[in-house]
Amino acid sequence: MNKWSRRGFIGAGVLTGGALVVGVAIRPGNAVDKLRGSVAGGEGEQLVNAWVKIDRDNTVTAIVPHCEMGQGAHTTLAQMLADELDADWSKVSVMQAPADGNYVVPDAARDFVAAWSLDAPKWLEPTYNGLFTQISKLGDVLVTGGSSSVRTTGQHTMRLAGAAARQMLVAAAAARWNVPASEIVAENSMLVHKASNKRGTYGEFAEAASQESMPQTPPLKDVSQYKLMGKGLQRLDIPAKVNGEAMFGIDAQVPGQKLKYVAVKAPPVPGAKVEAINTATAKAMPGVREILNMGDFVAVVADGYWQAQMALNMVEPRYSRTEGDALDSAKLSARFAKALDDAGDTGGTSLANEGDAPGALASAAKKVVAEYKVPFVAHAAMEPINCTAWVHDGKCEIWTSTQVPLMARSAVAKVLEISNDDVTVNQLYLGGAFGRRLESDYPVQAARVAKATGYPIKMIWSREEDTRQDFYRPADTSRFSGGLDSSGKPVSWNNAFTQLNGPDGSWDVAHYDIPNRSIRHAPADMHLRFGSLRSVDHSQQGFFVESFIDELAHAAGQDPFEYRRALLSKSPRHKAVLEKVAQMAGWGTPLPEGTGRGIALVKSFGTIVAEVAEVTVKDGKPRVTKVWCCADAGYVMNPDGFAAQMEGGIVYGLTTALYSGITLKDGSVEQSNFHDYQMVRMEDAPSVMVDVINGDSKVLGGAGEPSLPPLAPAVTNAIFAATGKRIRELPIAKSFT
Amino acid sequence: MIQTTVNGKPQKLDVDPATPILWVLREQLGMTGTKFGCGVAQCGACTAHLDGQPIRSCSTPISEADGRQITTIEGLAGPEGALHPLQQAWIDAQVPQCGYCQSGQLMSAAALLRDTPKPSDEQIDAAMSGNICRCGTYERIRKAIKAAASGTER
Repeated sequence: MNKWSRRGFIGAGVLTGGALVVGVAIRPGNAVDKLRGSVAGGEGEQLVNAWVKIDRDNTVTAIVPHCEMGQGAHTTLAQMLADELDADWSKVSVMQAPADGNYVVPDAARDFVAAWSLDAPKWLEPTYNGLFTQISKLGDVLVTGGSSSVRTTGQHTMRLAGAAARQMLVAAAAARWNVPASEIVAENSMLVHKASNKRGTYGEFAEAASQESMPQTPPLKDVSQYKLMGKGLQRLDIPAKVNGEAMFGIDAQVPGQKLKYVAVKAPPVPGAKVEAINTATAKAMPGVREILNMGDFVAVVADGYWQAQMALNMVEPRYSRTEGDALDSAKLSARFAKALDDAGDTGGTSLANEGDAPGALASAAKKVVAEYKVPFVAHAAMEPINCTAWVHDGKCEIWTSTQVPLMARSAVAKVLEISNDDVTVNQLYLGGAFGRRLESDYPVQAARVAKATGYPIKMIWSREEDTRQDFYRPADTSRFSGGLDSSGKPVSWNNAFTQLNGPDGSWDVAHYDIPNRSIRHAPADMHLRFGSLRSVDHSQQGFFVESFIDELAHAAGQDPFEYRRALLSKSPRHKAVLEKVAQMAGWGTPLPEGTGRGIALVKSFGTIVAEVAEVTVKDGKPRVTKVWCCADAGYVMNPDGFAAQMEGGIVYGLTTALYSGITLKDGSVEQSNFHDYQMVRMEDAPSVMVDVINGDSKVLGGAGEPSLPPLAPAVTNAIFAATGKRIRELPIAKSFT
Repeated sequence: MIQTTVNGKPQKLDVDPATPILWVLREQLGMTGTKFGCGVAQCGACTAHLDGQPIRSCSTPISEADGRQITTIEGLAGPEGALHPLQQAWIDAQVPQCGYCQSGQLMSAAALLRDTPKPSDEQIDAAMSGNICRCGTYERIRKAIKAAASGTER
């Protein structure tokens, strides 16, 4: 049943009172009835389709199936819809779609991509083979991740919804005015028939439009017709974020209920159990209600969060021993080295094998060998992990900030042994996520505590808990052997590394013209939980690959920009981006002593990004003063929002490159808070200059992640240019102590 | 009983005097604009003003506010809701991304501009480096502070 199909994409239903409702149904049949209660408002409102609602007062509500975590998706998706609808932007607002299975994200269904007006994006294939396949297989696919909101939901549903609604409004006006639809102009939420001097608002025709037949393949605008798309419209969520009104997960209230607060602590070594707790002191502390040994964590419930945390500090849990107790960072690093040693020059799982890389290496005029390492990295979103939950009468309601509301719902239902329909997820703004909130550990934890208490609770993790109980970007080691011919051109590329989590192809160098390539995965276990962190594998692969190509350039005695450029003859879009960033940065112009420029080029999530970093090493410390960034994301829907994402990825990447290093001792994470897990601050923040090339308006790339991967190698390559010191291990700060 | 004033409104609070101001604001008074980030005065998300001076409310006990004035992000705008010049500058420069740290950023910036109406880059660094932003909005914050500062001069 419910086989995914392109047919039945736009469906219809009947509203109480006899009016017709039109909805975008992801599945064949009619999904609108179930949604009506969630999205239809008062009398006089028409649900024109599941992603757009047009009220009688002519306001338009874009219903967006993605969370807002600072990436600007709410605004840009609304912008795309409003453009196809020819709506008056000042009358458009955004509503977060309810956590209902009918709002599945479209990239979950491969054969469902709307293919009539836009080319099906090729990037979908590797993404399916990576992390997001795992998520979509679970069937709980309301996901915000993979830099995908604009290029999937936006391109393939929001625009379609807007175009369909517009066509129906025009048809309704044509019928009422008895004129040909082709003579009606729809603009700024107004319908106009010039010849008969007739005008009406969209709102006036909303109800009539619902009687029109559903266009299944409404024509979408060509770039030349865009009015809102491509404009740097201001974000709709920003005004509430400058006056304290914006509600984040941690700000949740349960209507009509007074919350109790919960502090938790899990065993520092993953997999350990809480064997015993000492409740004597904690129990007597003011405000403390309950102290719970949940087996895999301890929870203290109190009238206030601070009271709960103070009491938790006195609980002195004793943990079971695990195999992980014996592990530390050095042992893990040795384990990675052994996996690579065992794989040797040809072992491991082959990911790419073009030509004869080992043979070409053996006969190369010059051989270059390098090994690179990165540590575990924690996400450290500013909003600590938290969840509010209330379990009563066989039902559970949660309030939280999550990238995966439907997965959270399923996970909570499973642990409470109730049905998904008995779990309600209230989604609030995310105070950062960066992939951490793709996990549902914390809604499950809060639901378990709420089940134990019976009254509503707000669980908040301390920063220490947030740092130590993360799902980490894994540590990794990558080894390279490269062969150059007598002119310095690379003829052999041999690479092996230990961690492979997706998206597929993060290790790829096919854009460079290197005839013989062997790339292998030599897996090595780690005992920390894996988590997607902004750009996932690209976050380390960008550093590995773009460091090594830089080393090859220097071994060849050539300029790193010109060297890369010469290898991009078959990748014109990469080449254009690289050339543009070099031009922006004034590549080749003289710099003072101790200052250097580094360049790097990475395509990820469909977007090609080249960056140049300028670094000054002074008093033994590197300072990144400027970063130039050029990106080709196909077509940029909101240039200012896109630039903000590039800037953000660069600063996030700079923290990761300079400082981030989660280390292990006796199986436990050693870092705890911002004093020992350092962040880039205002004084470290570089000036960032962003420019874009719109290389292909039909296939869009992502924005949230792609500026991160080139940043670390651009910086380390600049440090090499400035000092001759080659950084092969992150974080960079480790090399400057 | 603690007697304090929050955004101009007198408050009598029956709380443990050691309770950090942050949690009194958020839990007793229901004012959630001031954020919890680290609990140890390392990130600045909880920045509020005590008698006009910026404090880390996560690490300042409510007893210190006895008989004094607390100002939070909810009280930064004028009485008629007119935006503080920094709030307008924040919107104009499209500063916030996730927005979680921005209450603290704005309160630190407001304290800076009151004492230093036309800050240099170094003064901005000094005043703002206690406030972490993981979304990386630092450069836009810098621009917005400068825009607000030049507006103040007009």
